[in-house]
Formats: sequence, C-alpha cells, structure tokens
Amino acid sequence: MKKETMLQLGILIFGVIAPMLIPSLSFQISILWLMILFALTWDMMGGQMGYNSLGNIAFFGFGMYICAGVQVGLYYDLAEYTSPFTTINATFTPDQYYTGLFLGIIAAAVGCVFIALILSTFLFGLRGPYFAIGTLGVALAAGELIGAWEYIGAGSGISIPVHPGEAGEKTQLFYYLTLFAMIGTFLFVKWLYGTRWGLAMNAIRDDEEKAEAMGIHTYRYKSMTWAFSAFFLGISGALFGNMTGFIEPLEVAFPTVTFGIFMVAMALLGGKGTLWGPVLGATLFHVVKEVTWTYLLGWQWVALGLLIVLNVVFFQEGIMGWMARKWPERFGLSVDSHMSRSKQSEEAS
Amino acid sequence: MSSIEIKNVSKSYGGVHANTNISMSIPSGKITGLIGPNGSGKTTLFNSVVGYHPIDSGSIQFKGKEISKLRVQEIARLGMLRTFQQTRIYSKMDCVRNMLISIPHRTMQWHEMLKPFTPELTEKAEHLLEFVGLYQKRHLISGDLSFGQQKLLEFAMALMNDPEILLLDEPTAGINPTLINGLIDRLLRANSEFGITLFVIEHNMRVIMNLAESIYCLAHGEMLAHGTSDEIQNDKRVIDAYLGAH
Repeated sequence: MKKETMLQLGILIFGVIAPMLIPSLSFQISILWLMILFALTWDMMGGQMGYNSLGNIAFFGFGMYICAGVQVGLYYDLAEYTSPFTTINATFTPDQYYTGLFLGIIAAAVGCVFIALILSTFLFGLRGPYFAIGTLGVALAAGELIGAWEYIGAGSGISIPVHPGEAGEKTQLFYYLTLFAMIGTFLFVKWLYGTRWGLAMNAIRDDEEKAEAMGIHTYRYKSMTWAFSAFFLGISGALFGNMTGFIEPLEVAFPTVTFGIFMVAMALLGGKGTLWGPVLGATLFHVVKEVTWTYLLGWQWVALGLLIVLNVVFFQEGIMGWMARKWPERFGLSVDSHMSRSKQSEEAS
Repeated sequence: MSSIEIKNVSKSYGGVHANTNISMSIPSGKITGLIGPNGSGKTTLFNSVVGYHPIDSGSIQFKGKEISKLRVQEIARLGMLRTFQQTRIYSKMDCVRNMLISIPHRTMQWHEMLKPFTPELTEKAEHLLEFVGLYQKRHLISGDLSFGQQKLLEFAMALMNDPEILLLDEPTAGINPTLINGLIDRLLRANSEFGITLFVIEHNMRVIMNLAESIYCLAHGEMLAHGTSDEIQNDKRVIDAYLGAH
C-alpha cells in the first residue's frame, strides 16, 4: 500500500475512534478538523492560485448566519425571535431540529457559493496585495453590516436552537459532522488538483498574464475556485455556529483577527501550494495553540506570534516546501538519464 | 491568402507616437519578419495585434475577422499566440506541467476542465519537449532552467497550443550563439512540418534573413520599408535607420 494511502487511512481511523478513546478532547479535536478545513480552503486560493485572500473568514460568518436563519426561520418569525423584547419561548422538536439543521447546512453552502460569485465580479479586478486588502475589507464590512441589521439580531446575535438530546450526544454529533466536512474538503481538493482545473489554477498563480495570452479562461477559474472554497467554508460556519450555540457578528461569526489570520498562518506553516501542507500546518498550529493556552497562559499569543515569525523569516516555503527542496527526488523533481523519448542506449553525459 | 491584415493602425502613449498608420499583411503559412531599431514600435504593434491594449485607429483582421476590439484571451483562443520578449513561463511548475496546461483552450467546456490529463497529452508534451531539446529536464521546476532553456520551453508551450499563427518577440535574444542555429532550424520546421504561420520580431539580422521570406522594417513608429530579405538588406533607408543616420 502506498504511504499516502496509509496516512489517509490512519487519519480516518483516528478520526472515527478518537471520541471513544479520549472523549474529553472531542470538542478540541473537532475544532482541529475545522482548522484543517480552513487551511485547505485558504490554500486553494492563496497557495494554488496565488490570490491571497484575507477575507475568506467572511464565508464562515455568512454560512453561520444563513444556517441559523434557516434553522429558526423555518418555524418562527426571525425578527420576533431575535428581538430583545421577544415573547417567543422557542422550543424545537427533534424533527424540527434535524430538518432545520440539515436544510440550514445546505443553504449555508449554496448561499456562500452565490455570495462568492457576486463578490468575484468586482474583487477579481484587484491583484496582489490589493486583492488581500480588498477581501479583508469585505470581511470587516460584513461583520459590521450584520452587526447593524436588526432583523437578524444585530450586535446581540442569535441563539441557535438547542439540541434535543443529552449534552454528550450533541458534542458527538458535531464531532462527526466536522470530521465528515474536513474529509469531504480534503478529497475534493485532492481530486481537483489532479485535473486540468488544478493546473490552470497554478498557471494563474505563476503568471496570470501568460495564462491569458495562452487563452486560459482565467476569470472562470478564479471565480469558481473561490466559490468552491466558499462552499466548504459555509458548511464549517454552519457547524461552528451550532457547536457554540450562540452567534454574534464580531467574535463568533467574523473573527477576522483570529480564525481569519489563522487560516493563512496554518497554510504558510505547512507549506502553501501543496496538498498536505495545510493539513500538517493546521495540526501543528492547533496543537501549539492548545498547549500554550494550557501551560503558558498569559504568554500564549507571544508563543503563537513567535511561531508565525519563525515561519515567515526562516521557512517561507513551509514544512512541505522545505522538504521538497531538501529531497527533490522524492517529489519527482529529477533529471532524466535518457536524452529522448525513444530511451535507447544513449545516456546523459 | 493573408492571415493577419493590418490597416492604418495608430497607437500613441501620451505624446509618444509608437505606431503611425501602419499597414501590413501577413501571408498564411509563411514566415514574415519585423525589424527595426530599438524603440521603433515593433513590440507595440505586436501588443496591438494580440489585444493587449486598444488601438487608437485603424483595423486589424485575423482570417477576415475584425479582432481589434477583442481581449487577449479571446484572440488567443482564435488560434493566435504570442511569446514574450522577457520570457514568460509558469516558473513554479515542472516543464511537463507547463506543457500540459498549454493545451488549446478554444473549445474547452466546463466538464472538460474537471478531467485529468490523458496519457496521449503527456506523450505529446514529451514529444515537443524532445523537439526543443528539453526532454531530459522535463521534471525540473521550469524557473530553475537557464534563460535560453526557458525560451525553448516557451516555444514548446506555444506549439502545444496548436496555434495557426505564432507571434515571436525576439526568439533568439539571450540565447547562446551556438544554440541559435538549432533554434532557426526548429522555427523553420514548426513552419514547414506543423504548418504554423510565423510572424517574428528579431534584432539578429543573420537570423531574420535566414528565416523570413518577407520582411517589414519600422523606424520611429512608421513603416520604412517592405521587401524580400535581399531587398531589405540592400535598402539604403534600412541601413541608415540601423546606423542612426535617420
């Protein structure tokens, strides 16, 4: 069996049995699955296509709000439900809960695809650092606008319908949903990078003007790739909103300076533009973050900052990039000893 | 039959008249040269033809179709490709991938974009890399190749696209003189074996005289002379322009 297959199988087995082995860490591990999803979706844009988005977190927030809106809106009047003077004593039967959750997740994913396609029409006029700042602006503005929108609770947010079962059951349900979302994202990007689409994204990254001169449909690839990443981020937002139980715009739904920056830092740490880099980077980053939060409380941000600084100063290409430079043959980068396709006896001199 | 028909094209940047009333006709299936001193407007004309910038006035037709209002990608998908004076390749990918993504995008449908590359395409890519002498290095990151090799790769990528016409902006600039003969030979073969029309900007007189049957000469943004290589070589105005007597 190939090493990569074994690694994937190992992660899958760990993922499935982890909540039984270490139930106390289930919540933390499900956050890890989301972190991997963040890094993978960011890397589609930043690593593979060269469009460093600082605003991908916006889709996380949009997904969260769309899902919550569907979960509540199916059974109650949303404006009344979120009003501070509400008289609604909201309860959801298990049937209502699961229908709402299911439809909410789908709506979040599809809704984010549409939002990404609309944003594409003006943001892809920007390149390089301007695109990064433009997308950051979108994420910040989205948080502020939603914070001012009374209909969906404005700054005081929305309480998500309460899970009808025992406390442990909810953690377990969302654990497996996040695992499933992460695996889905991983398999999707792995497949995508093996197609013509994947190579077109790389071409846009390396030289967009050349790609245009060669007739590549650059806008089509850029906007749809962003839509793909928004699809998965929308799902992640929908799940995270339900895991926390209460959502509000600035800290939970549009955490630009935490999750929004983490997704970039994780992809850079593992090695952007590679399949496994974001997975590795997210895992390492999350472990360091959790360990310092436990043992270095008060210094946790310093430790995290130090990790990022070390990464961008000494290991700009990330762990996977560093490995590819150290062992190029293992990554298939080698000179062929044959001079021509016919592979006759001629050897390279 | 003419492939590209340029009529009275003018283009200026601010006060600089880069091209004034240029007309020329590039015959299909032949090799046409474009020469002129530095700053005479050759690359500006190329950029106008491939849709890189809009022209101020005039008309450019490709196979009888007006293309002066089309964008770069649309023109490329019609089968007209250009290479760059400063070589442009996808520098973080290996040579084979550079080749694979250069397949024609003329008829690319959505579902085709999501397909993997077929072994036939890889084979074609390897054949063409062998044609330009890069077969051995096909799995190296293209940005690590020498400038001359990158130029050869760019040429191979253009061939991978099956263009009808190829606009080459100084194909031999920066190439080791001993490799130039090999490149001339390959350009001639691209024309005769693959049937690709070539339109070449070149500074090296020996190269262009060996390649092109018909040569246009620009100076100060205006058409100075047109003729066969012999006529151009003996044209006093061309010699003056190059020696700076103009």
